Formats: sequence, C-alpha cells, structure tokens
Amino acid sequence: MRLLRHRRGATPYLLLAPGLAWLAVFFVVPMYYLGRTALERGLFPFFTFNWAWSNFSESMSLYHTQFVRSLEYAGIATTIALLVSYPLAYWIAFRGGRWKNLLLLLVIAPFFVTYLIRTLAWETILSDGGLVTRTLRDLHVLGADGRLLATSTAVIAGIVYNFLPFMVLPIYVSLEQVDARLIEAAEDLYASPWRAFLRVTLPLSLPGVFAGTLLTFIPAVGDFINAQLLGTPRQYMIGNVIQSQFLALRDYPTAAALSFTLMAAILVAVGVYARLLGTDRLTGAVSR
Amino acid sequence: MSAATSAAGFGAREGGLRRSLRFLRRNLLTGYAALALAYLFLPIGVVIAFSFNNPAGRFNYTWQGFTLDNWLHPFAYPGLGGALRISIEIAVLSSLAATVLGTLIALALVRYRFVGSGLTNILIFIPLTTPEIVLGASLLALFVHWGVPQGFLTILIAHIMFNISYVVVTVKARLAGFDRHLEEAAMDLFANEWTTFFRVTLPLIMPGILAAALLAFALSIDDFVITYFNAGSTTTFPLFVWGSARVAVPPQINVIGTMIFVVAVGGMLTSVVLKNRRAGRAG
Repeated sequence: MRLLRHRRGATPYLLLAPGLAWLAVFFVVPMYYLGRTALERGLFPFFTFNWAWSNFSESMSLYHTQFVRSLEYAGIATTIALLVSYPLAYWIAFRGGRWKNLLLLLVIAPFFVTYLIRTLAWETILSDGGLVTRTLRDLHVLGADGRLLATSTAVIAGIVYNFLPFMVLPIYVSLEQVDARLIEAAEDLYASPWRAFLRVTLPLSLPGVFAGTLLTFIPAVGDFINAQLLGTPRQYMIGNVIQSQFLALRDYPTAAALSFTLMAAILVAVGVYARLLGTDRLTGAVSR
Repeated sequence: MSAATSAAGFGAREGGLRRSLRFLRRNLLTGYAALALAYLFLPIGVVIAFSFNNPAGRFNYTWQGFTLDNWLHPFAYPGLGGALRISIEIAVLSSLAATVLGTLIALALVRYRFVGSGLTNILIFIPLTTPEIVLGASLLALFVHWGVPQGFLTILIAHIMFNISYVVVTVKARLAGFDRHLEEAAMDLFANEWTTFFRVTLPLIMPGILAAALLAFALSIDDFVITYFNAGSTTTFPLFVWGSARVAVPPQINVIGTMIFVVAVGGMLTSVVLKNRRAGRAG
C-alpha cells in the first residue's frame, strides 16, 4: 500500500502523455478533418467548407449498391468464417493437448505471407485454367465455360480466407477458458455430449464468438483488395469506391462522406448484433 | 428396422457399419480441423511453389518449369529491393516507437488509478475497431489540410499510430498477471523507484514487450491499405506488389514473400519451442 500512495499524482499522466498525444494528433484530429472534408464542396484541389450535408445523401444515392453489397459480402463471409473457425478452435482447445501452441502457430503462420501475395495466390488457384475450376466443370457444378474468378464467390472466398485468424483466435481463447468440470457435470447428469455442448460449452464461448465476428466483419466490410484482385467492377464494394474517389478521382468530399457513412453503419450493425446476442449474457459469461 | 428381425449375417454387417459410423463420428472433428488447416496452407503452398516457377510472360500465373534463378537473384527485378528496404526501415522504426509509447500507456493503465482511465481505454480501443480504409482516409484528409507532402514520414506516422493500440493491448495482457509483491520486496530492500523499475519490473514484463514489438513489426511490414492512402510516391513492398499486380507479377515477389514467411514463422517456432522447454524444466 505504501507503494500505491507513493505513486499518486502526475506520474500516470506523464506516462500516458506521449502516446495519447500521438493518437490525438494522428487519430482524433484526422477524424475531425475527415468530417470537415465530408461537408465541403468544390473540385480538386479547391474545396470550400459550406456545411454540404447533401454530400451524404448524394453519395448514398450514387453508391448504395456497393454499400449494400459490402454489408452482404461481409455478412456472408463472417458466417462462413465462423462455420470454419469454430470446429477448428474447438479441436485445438479440447484435443490439442500439448500441441496447442504449435497448432495455434499453424493457424497464424499463413498470415505472415503478405496479404496481397496471399490474395494473388488465390487468383492463381481460382483461375480459369486452374485445377479447382476444371474439376468443378468436369463435375458439372460449373457450366462448360463457368468461372470462379471474377465472381462474387471468389471475392467472398478471399475475404473469408484473409480474415480467418481474427475469428479463430478469440473463439479459441474463450473455449480454452471453459472449465472442463462443467462439461463433465452436465454429462454426469445424463446430458448427451451434443446437449452438453449446446447447453454448456457453446454459451460459455459466446464472448469469443462475439469478438471474432466483430473482428472479422469490421475489416471485411471496408475491404477492397479482394474485390479488386478476385472480382470485377460488378463485385466492387464500398471500399473500392472510397479508394478510387480519394486516390484516382480526387473527389475528397464524396469519399469522406462515404467513409463516415460506413463507420456509422458499422456502429449500428454492431449495436444491433450486441442486442441480438444479449449483452448481459455476454458480460455474465465473462465475469464467471 | 429392428435388430430382432434381421438375419444373423446382416446383424454382423450392421455391427461393422455401426463401428465405422462410430469411428467416423469420433474422428469427424479431427478430419474437419485437418481440412481447415489444409485450406489455410493451400495458398501458401502455391506462393512457395511459384517462387520456383520460370514464367514465360510477365505474369506468374501458370506453371511453366522449375528454376532456381528467382532464389539466386531475388533482387534482379528493378525496384523490388528498394521497396523491401523501405518496408523494413518503416517496420523497424514504427515498431520501436509504438512499443515505447504503447508500453508507457499500458503501465499507466494497469498500475495506476486515475481520472480519465476510462476515456484512455476507449481511445485505445476505437482505432482497433475502425476499418483500415477509414483510418487511411482520415490521415489523408489531415495531411491534405495541413499541406504535408506525403512520403516516408507520413507512412511512418501512420504506422506508429495504428501500432500503438496493438502494443497497449498486448503489454496490458502481460501486465495483468504481474505479481506486485516482487516490486514491494525490492522497495523494502531499499531500492528506489527507478532501480525497482529497471531491475525488477522491466525484466518481468520484457516477454510481453517483445511480443508486442514483434506484432507491431509484422503489422507494419504487411500493411497495405493505410500505407496506400499516405505513401505519395514512396513505394513499400506491399505497394510494389499492388503496382505490379496490374502490369506484371515477377516470381521474385513470391521469393520475398516466402522469405518473410520463413523468417517470421521460424522466429515464432523457436519461441514456442523455447517456452515449452522452459515450462518442461519448471514442471
């Protein structure tokens, strides 16, 4: 206790100051300028601020297709990622034994190949002459000239792949914390393994599922690399629009307005999702 | 169909069927996990395989023939070496700066109670939940309004910014399990605050700090989106890959990608093995 009293006063603020100043200047202030830009009018490089709220409605009426598509692709990709990740995380957490750390490393390892190179590799795999496309054509899953590359399937598949560890790791962490005695107790009380899973393990792992879906959905909805490399303009997402408006067309106000709408949409989606899943149950599971 | 009505031979066959069903059920999960892992590594296999490809045209998409040339001359392709050097410089500088700034914040958050800690936590958390494209775009808006020319410096600023939050989260996780009595013991033995910090606290949280620095390095060297918005005419390795994806994909890109992969995974593998061995000794 002597230690704590000793250390009151300015020390914590001195420790915080440099880092928080950095975040204030290069995260908070930029957000202000992004908001300001969204309300400007004019042509590059002459923009003037005049509370142009119509930028928001105009950009949305122009690009609502890409906007809805982003939410749709990200939603589907997040669901598939969850279906792939949960059994994998479960298997590592409960069957991994002393190999757990090594298996986790295996899950993360592919992501040390640069994002773009990974995605280019998928371009190779899904290409028209590639093994996957040819096999699916032979099996008549695809038509004789059916394609995988340049379709929404390819874009969604790329998103699933690129954000998978964000789903696996949080689920693994929450499964790892589940007390095995609780599952035993359920089975002692004649619950079938499946029922024990549904009533004990699954609810206890929901915080991990919650974190994983958010960590996957948020980057997925703003992504433009997968749509660019694996799709065509018909699969472009809102990220592609923001990117080209900012960097190619130099229509900063439209791009800024779209960025802000994207953030607002994410906040609403996260809020609804938290409500659906039940925040009190989530926090309850955490505190237990 | 009940067992009573079935013939003896059929019953035996049913037993076999049931046994194989049970085998399937028991190993279903393992099979699924193996498939998932194979899926994770499939593109990596392609990347590595195509680093040995001898492509006919400018694009490295179809297999033409085996060659070691790309590995013997990884920097033969113009611009590639320079881009990689810039990426490494930015990754080293940004991970160092972010590790220092982030560790200080983590120390303050875990060790002290102060007015504004809630706000600090929120400020750390929000950048993690903001899409990269919005982070990149907002920084671009800042630099445009301030008239800052974009290049090496703006990329570095951006990388330090997004790395701080990751460092804070990583170091905080380590600090949370920290035994304060060790510090108290040092102080009881008349060590002053500085000595206690450098001789006791710092060595104990060093693994967490190292992990955070490695994470920051990895995030920085792989970052494309935020860099793309703030690079000006400077080219990092991911930007080089992006630029070449449209005109030509030289196999040297796969060589460099494989090298980064091998170094990163090798480092992590060593640390996992060392940790396991140390745990084995302690037990």
